[in-house]
Amino acid sequence: MLRVTDIRTQYGPVVALDGVSVFVPDGQIITVLGANGAGKSTLLRSISGLIHPSSGMIEYDNRRIDQAKAEQIVKLGISQVPEGRQIFTQLNVLENLKLGAYTRRDRDGVRRDIDRVCQYFPVLGQRRSQVAGTLSGGEQQMLAIARALMARPKLLLLDEPSLGLAPLIVREIFQIIQAISREGKLTVMVVEQDAQAALSIADYAYVLETGHVALADEAARLQQNDDVRRSYLGY
Amino acid sequence: MVRTRGSLSSDQLLRWLIQALTIVSPLIVLYFVLAVIKWVFNGDVTFDRQYIVQGIGQGSVYGALALALVLIYRSTDVINFAQGEMAMFCTFVSWALITQAHWDWYAALVGTLVFAAFFGAIIQRVVIAPIENAPLLTIVIVTLGLFQVVNSFAIFIWQAQPKSIFAPYAKVGTKAFTIFGASVGRTYVGALAITLIVMGLVFVFFNYTKLGLASRAAAQNPVASRLCGVSVGVMLTIGWALAAMVGATAGVVAAPIQGLDPAFMQGLLLYAFAAAVLGGLDSPVGAVLGGFLIGIIQNVVGGAALLKDIKDPVAFIVIIVVLFVRPTGLLGRKTVKKV
Repeated sequence: MLRVTDIRTQYGPVVALDGVSVFVPDGQIITVLGANGAGKSTLLRSISGLIHPSSGMIEYDNRRIDQAKAEQIVKLGISQVPEGRQIFTQLNVLENLKLGAYTRRDRDGVRRDIDRVCQYFPVLGQRRSQVAGTLSGGEQQMLAIARALMARPKLLLLDEPSLGLAPLIVREIFQIIQAISREGKLTVMVVEQDAQAALSIADYAYVLETGHVALADEAARLQQNDDVRRSYLGY
Repeated sequence: MVRTRGSLSSDQLLRWLIQALTIVSPLIVLYFVLAVIKWVFNGDVTFDRQYIVQGIGQGSVYGALALALVLIYRSTDVINFAQGEMAMFCTFVSWALITQAHWDWYAALVGTLVFAAFFGAIIQRVVIAPIENAPLLTIVIVTLGLFQVVNSFAIFIWQAQPKSIFAPYAKVGTKAFTIFGASVGRTYVGALAITLIVMGLVFVFFNYTKLGLASRAAAQNPVASRLCGVSVGVMLTIGWALAAMVGATAGVVAAPIQGLDPAFMQGLLLYAFAAAVLGGLDSPVGAVLGGFLIGIIQNVVGGAALLKDIKDPVAFIVIIVVLFVRPTGLLGRKTVKKV
């Protein structure tokens, strides 16, 4: 269970998040929507420890994590799939997956999990020894998700998985995310610009607007509200 | 499109062939440069096997120092100008262990490598880490300052006059070594053997250990590495420690060849730079190969009576020609600057 309380996050003098509060209950899929520059990525980066909020509080399983380092937060069970995938392009698929399991000590478990993620994403299994930079955009996104899953997270943070992908592949990836979440009781927090795709799998949604929460409601209700759709979601 | 295994492997074969040709290209260039010189001066210039083998021995020293430079460059984009002086300092430590503490030469080598690891790690933690986010030029200037500081301390502790180190593999009176009918000084063969072992260990570390994989990842993409739980700061420290060890190896095996004094690494560092640039600044294997190639070129050209005074210009002409065709170096691939 993740609780973000009234955080303010800045890049130097620029305030990216101003008083944002978000609650992510276990086992659910939460989506954060909003336009470019609304602060969606900053919210995820604040949770994963890549940037620290200047005020407010982030708690995970009743533990404050807002000043913890990114490499420590992974060990608590929070994995982030960063914006733009950020796979290790010069390493092969298998090495990328192994790095995802860097914090783990159970070798056999890691080997089993490599097989498991290759079942979710069969194309990765076929390309284990291929250099990751030569994968297609969709395959790279799958690798980025698979790498994050290798840490055995309880909470998965996804930053714009649809970026630069064809609609068909976006749908496929979202369906796999939903399946993984249901199967493994994995909590998912997904940041998206593609509101339609994200709402189709989410339980609850937040809409960010220039650094604060403009709207928060159940995903199904947001989808049905025409006014909301037009003014905030753009479809 | 369906691709069969067969076509994939023939692709691979072609790629290897091109790579092999790329690697020997400096020697081909050298051949033509020598041919031109021969034609212009009408003198006798021949490839002599002896100088090729001796060049490989000499080149192993350049290669090791170049490898040290590349290990740091590819993870931080910093050229460590103090690399040679750090190696010199470590070589003095080995000299002190041998002559003052009466250690066995090989034990002193191991002791020196341990010292080098701490030396490199401490310099990274104390001097480099605090200015990590400073502009690149600032960091480069700091390594230049480090050059001066380390050099001065070595003179302060051990004085400037030259010292001599005798390696056990090249005791006075032992015969030269014969390889493929070429006789080569034992100091060169020993240098080659020891640097190859150390380079092999570095290779195994990076390619077959978890920590090595994490180091490569941290060098490529620090943010993604942190998200995987890799502590990038620790990886950088390990990188500096390893680089210092590889550099120290170069110093320890170079000292029996050319004598030890506080300036003895400065000439070598220039060739190490050249080797690293020739091989590709982000390629460890390229650095080692570049070292061998420069050693060979230098010795082959220097071996001809007519050319021995211009061996360095010839070596650099070859490098310039190669870089003209391949600006990233023989095995380098970084063409876009990290942002």
